[in-house]
Amino acid sequence: MNWQAFFAMGGYAFYVWTAYGITFLVLALNVVIPMVQRRQFLRHLAMKQKRQRL
Amino acid sequence: MFLVPGFIERFLHRMASPPHFYAITERLMPWLWGIFSLLLLSGLYSGLFLAPPDYQQGESYRIIFIHVPSAWMSLFIYSVMAMAGAIALVWRIKLAEVVAISSAPVGAGFTFIALVTGSLWGKPMWGTWWVWDARLTSELILLFLYLGVIGLYNAIDDKRSASRAVAILALVGVVNIPIIHYSVEWWSTLHQGPTVTKLDKPSIHVSMLIPLLIMAVAFKFYYLIAMLQRAKTEVLVREQNAQWVKSMTEQELAS
Amino acid sequence: MKPARRQRLMLIGLMVAGVGLAAGFALKSFNENLMYFFSTTDVADGKAPNDALFRIGGLVVKGSVERPQGLLVRFKLTDFNKDVWVEYTGILPDLFREGQGIVARGRLNGQGVFVAEEVLAKHDENYMPPEVASSLKNQSQSGAGQ
Repeated sequence: MNWQAFFAMGGYAFYVWTAYGITFLVLALNVVIPMVQRRQFLRHLAMKQKRQRL
Repeated sequence: MFLVPGFIERFLHRMASPPHFYAITERLMPWLWGIFSLLLLSGLYSGLFLAPPDYQQGESYRIIFIHVPSAWMSLFIYSVMAMAGAIALVWRIKLAEVVAISSAPVGAGFTFIALVTGSLWGKPMWGTWWVWDARLTSELILLFLYLGVIGLYNAIDDKRSASRAVAILALVGVVNIPIIHYSVEWWSTLHQGPTVTKLDKPSIHVSMLIPLLIMAVAFKFYYLIAMLQRAKTEVLVREQNAQWVKSMTEQELAS
Repeated sequence: MKPARRQRLMLIGLMVAGVGLAAGFALKSFNENLMYFFSTTDVADGKAPNDALFRIGGLVVKGSVERPQGLLVRFKLTDFNKDVWVEYTGILPDLFREGQGIVARGRLNGQGVFVAEEVLAKHDENYMPPEVASSLKNQSQSGAGQ
């Protein structure tokens, strides 16, 4: 397996790898963002509950 | 059309209980991740390493393995969103509202991917990044429909009326789905005709068809994961005053 | 099903059908504008605008490509019914070759030759490895010879 030839994609490296890069960036963001939002919201809820108990 | 069997209605009502839904999702998630990772790795491996280059387009055609499944997902997710919206309107099921609105960002993501990868494929092959032909224009309208759904939902404070407004917008936009699909047959376009969904037989070699289909299934599982992640957050926000959410945060505090 | 739900379902059905019908009429009336290009038959029959820019689409006739000088290319386009000559000065897309579908933007000159300002390749919906393509070609050639 020739890695250099593989990454060159027959001269279309820029187009192919940019397409794959953007795809997985968007897919990753669409999963990570709601997970971060949920963690933040849970922390916010916990704080609120703590305050109510005091 | 009006004969929805009773057991389906009963099932929908049981699934519609938010704590029940949250617990099931938590249990399902590792499995979904496992299946998705396996499919994704085998799809990428067979698409990028095993599949031969195309007789005309050489290596550049490998964009097909993300472009076409993303375009399929953009249509599929919109249909799911509209159907969930219709269920929410007719049966007033909260969970259907959550599924509808949680699908929108995922669908918008896939539509964006389909447009961008198509552009990156069009430049070297067609000779242009973008043309205003019927296929490309109707897919761009789909992106605006998704963004409209997200924007409208965020603009209305009461989430239940927001869901109703969003469901109606989604249902009106459904008309665009067959237009996108048939645009390459109804009108002359720069975009080529259908390859895989042709009625007689797909005009793609089996060594290229298999990675394409694996990626398509992988993206279906990705959709489930991403949509359920959004849905979990959405359920928590909507149910923040319910007892089951309170006891959950209580446990979180203790740990 | 409860009557209220049935009524809401019916309303939704009517709404979707109505929007579909309206979109159908609108698209039908704008049909011409939604076409991305004219066929060579349309152009040869004079259906394309005479003094305006428009697009023409067709297959490059095998053996018709000439390069008289520099970047000037002249070739015949066909839809297997009527042909149109096209002239273009510039760099062609990677996929441009004889037998390939292309879409050109430009205007007709006095002699009925289409002078293109831009040439785009329209690739077909077939994907296969080079070996399969060449064996298909051989088959069809030997089939034609018999």
